[in-house]
Amino acid sequence: MRPFHTDKNKFDKNKDANGDTMSDVTDATTAKNAPTPDDALRISDSKASGPVLAADGTPLKKSLKRALRAQKLRALALIAPLLIFILITFIAPIGDMLFRSVENQIVSSTLQNTVVELEDWDPAGADIPGEPTFEALYWDLFLAAEAKEHTKLGTRLNYEETGVSSLFRGVGRGIDDFGEDQVEALEDFDPVWEDEMFWYTLMSGGDGAEQNSRHLSAARERLTTLTTDDFIGSAGFVPGAEISELLPRTISEYSTFALFTVFADEDVVAEEEPWEAVKVSLIQELTSGVDLAGYSGPGAAELRAAQDMLADQPAIDFKQAFLDDDEDWADSGLWETIKLYSPPFTTGYFLKAVDLQKTVGGVEAVPDGEKIYGTLFKRTLFMSMVIMGSCILLGYPIAWILANLPVRTANLLLILVLLPFWTSLLVRTSAWKVMLQQQGVINDILVWLGMIADDSRLVMINNQFGTIVAMTHILLPFMILPMYSVMQTIPQTYLRAAKSLGATNWTAFWRVYFPQSIPGIGAGSILVFILSIGYYITPEIVGGTTGTFISNRIAYHISSSLNWGLAAALGSILLAAVLILYWAYDKIVGIDNVKLG
Amino acid sequence: MATYTLTHVEKKPLSFSVPVLAAAGAFAGLFIGTAQGSGPIGFVGGAVMLALLGLVCLTALSNDKEKIARWLILLGMAAAGYAFGALPGLVVGALFGWFFGWFIYWIGEGRYRANLVPYLTPGQVLWHYSFRVICGMIFFFLITPIVVVMPLSFNAENFFTFTPEMLRFDPAGYSLKHYRDFFNSPDWQQALWNSVTIAPVATLLSVTFGTLAAIGLSSEHVPFKRAIMAILISPMIVPLIISAAGMYFFYSRLGLQGTYWGVVLAHAALGIPFVIITVTATLVGFDRSLTRAAANMGANPVTTFFRVQMPLILPGVISGGLFAFITSFDEVVVVLFVGSAGQKTLPWQMFIGLREQISPTILAVATILVSLSILLLATVEVLRRRSERLRGMSPG
Repeated sequence: MRPFHTDKNKFDKNKDANGDTMSDVTDATTAKNAPTPDDALRISDSKASGPVLAADGTPLKKSLKRALRAQKLRALALIAPLLIFILITFIAPIGDMLFRSVENQIVSSTLQNTVVELEDWDPAGADIPGEPTFEALYWDLFLAAEAKEHTKLGTRLNYEETGVSSLFRGVGRGIDDFGEDQVEALEDFDPVWEDEMFWYTLMSGGDGAEQNSRHLSAARERLTTLTTDDFIGSAGFVPGAEISELLPRTISEYSTFALFTVFADEDVVAEEEPWEAVKVSLIQELTSGVDLAGYSGPGAAELRAAQDMLADQPAIDFKQAFLDDDEDWADSGLWETIKLYSPPFTTGYFLKAVDLQKTVGGVEAVPDGEKIYGTLFKRTLFMSMVIMGSCILLGYPIAWILANLPVRTANLLLILVLLPFWTSLLVRTSAWKVMLQQQGVINDILVWLGMIADDSRLVMINNQFGTIVAMTHILLPFMILPMYSVMQTIPQTYLRAAKSLGATNWTAFWRVYFPQSIPGIGAGSILVFILSIGYYITPEIVGGTTGTFISNRIAYHISSSLNWGLAAALGSILLAAVLILYWAYDKIVGIDNVKLG
Repeated sequence: MATYTLTHVEKKPLSFSVPVLAAAGAFAGLFIGTAQGSGPIGFVGGAVMLALLGLVCLTALSNDKEKIARWLILLGMAAAGYAFGALPGLVVGALFGWFFGWFIYWIGEGRYRANLVPYLTPGQVLWHYSFRVICGMIFFFLITPIVVVMPLSFNAENFFTFTPEMLRFDPAGYSLKHYRDFFNSPDWQQALWNSVTIAPVATLLSVTFGTLAAIGLSSEHVPFKRAIMAILISPMIVPLIISAAGMYFFYSRLGLQGTYWGVVLAHAALGIPFVIITVTATLVGFDRSLTRAAANMGANPVTTFFRVQMPLILPGVISGGLFAFITSFDEVVVVLFVGSAGQKTLPWQMFIGLREQISPTILAVATILVSLSILLLATVEVLRRRSERLRGMSPG
């Protein structure tokens, strides 16, 4: 009946061995057992006079070693399934969480071209990036909008700068119309530019032409990075070698379009009209003065005619197009954010979790009004301390009386401790809701006794008080049981001896009994503290807004705000705190000394 | 203990007993007084009444008339209680009467010294009993919330508190309505079914893997024993919200999020530390020469395991299994994240109910669960005793 039994003698031994923990483990198991192969090994070692032989003639030392190895392997084979199971179902998820707390590939995988352009841009300067960056942004966002990935990026960047989400969603709707005038001019000039078969022939260089799949594999990589889906297999399209040399940008866009059409939309390339981005890229390349003189492949005449026509058209101004869509694109804060978060890994989430933020000038504290995580961490620590303290205060007398009563009575009383321990957590939490609420049992009794007026009932729930009371009740057994098992080992005669030597009651307790019970207090306190700083359910139900813990915030970020990176960073910090405590617990009590049942 | 006693139970002088009784009476009277409208009157009245009662009992009605006197006090206070507050008043009054009847003689006859060592000073005696009262209050704190839930679950109204009808012991104030709700609502039945299908499978997984690993770990020659142990125990130490977050992220990558097997695997991982701890503890007392003896007589390792080792460590395995079962059955946080609506378990349904405070059906479920945990507690206790008997220890 000792669910959390910690052996005090073991604790002393641990201390004496001065951290030599392995010896303590073997000690416990071998002390009373028969001689082990190990002993024999040492004995055979100590005999200098020639090797002792086993029955089959091999040296005893060797055959013992073999037996030992077999034993070791058998033990490992028994442990291995569980170890693998735990590694996959538990350790890997924890690792995944740690990874997510720094992972930030979404910016560089969605804005592949823009990120490259932004490398040379100096955020400290007064200007927003120039036309080439906006052009790169156009290629990136057009594809992202087709693949419906731009909203994800918008949500991600919105955590850093509010308003980005709606900006991205807006541009996703409008980006098809960028360069509209020029595209329409091209299509009006020759309707062949709206013909999917013409495009297909132009891009693939016609039947039997020399092929070049370099752009195709680049496009495949681009799409895989963006969507994390596979784009492996035959696209039914390979760019022609000659046209690839001549119009690389157009080929690259067309290849992307082709792959997306085949694998994401599951259509046939030759039967689909290319995206506007493909036409825009062709217009861009034609107006930039590409030399078509030597080209003789399919569509050569149409290309030349188009180039002549486009010479009279104004060039496409991407920057202006973006600014027309939404003037927020001129906001240098937005560009700073994109540049700051373009590397694949970021410390941004961790900084945010401790109320700091990344800026161009380095790391600085967030404004006072927005500091929430520091307060939450402090509150979690403070309330866990209070809960631990009240558990010690309430648990110590109970453990004492259980340890000093006759065994039969103590066992009966222990049931009163174990019943809450075995009762469902939600039952206990709902019980406290029943007890503490304003129309609840405690308030009713107080009103009935006339101690408070009916209209001034105490507010005991949905605040820190409620959380502390309910959690003290829930965690009290975890404090009592280790204390009790330590106190059981303290002989009652010590107190009597102290008193017969003239100590007062208090001195006898404080100088003789209390120091011996400290290991129990330590074990119980660490256990209660570890459990309470990660508690979620009870604060969520009885904590209201002022009595919630950091874990409630983590849950909020996972299920409501969907800022998983921040949730992971907060979780990692909490995990680190718990692991330090776990390590301390292991040093003080020894994890293999925890016993249940 | 011994056949002789050194304590001196002797009649106390009235100059001691009467003031003590008056103080107790004043304390009780204060509560009754405030409840009835006037504290000071209750305070004085209680003191006077108990002082008089004490005086009469300890002088005229002592020794052989004690039994009669105690019955008289009980009945008298019950009647007074009925006059003030009908049926509930009667019960409260009877309880007061029973207590004070006993208390008057306990103090007056000096019986409170009976079980104490004779050399204690009055101050130490006072401390001895105050300490017990304090402990009693802490036990009260531990057990009351669980006990209060039970009568409330028979509430005829949709309130989370005692209605006046319930306090009058009016049968109309009680009903099985919330139990009927529980058994008729498809939501709750689905939740019950999910709990019942998830927990045993998770328990089976943790017990199978956990027992094998515990046997491996109990061998003396395991390399990295401490590190392995730390990893295997970690699901118990890492806060549930972190486990839940990690599993949610990782299981969605694997496509296990929102599936039955995702929840089962997560719960199995959470239950494993309990199995490891209990089975390892049982194995410490296991005599390894028994397996050697079995091997010596020609049994292969599998036979040895099932015929010799397993029967001896079975109590540990079963109580580890019960721990794993209750962990899974009682778990909310992980299932909240790893599961989807299709895996809504009983605690999940309760959590929703508590957050939105819909109905006291939760209290009916709570009562059922408390009964279940009493059952589990009894089983574990029986197993523990059996295990200690098998290992040659005297059950404590």
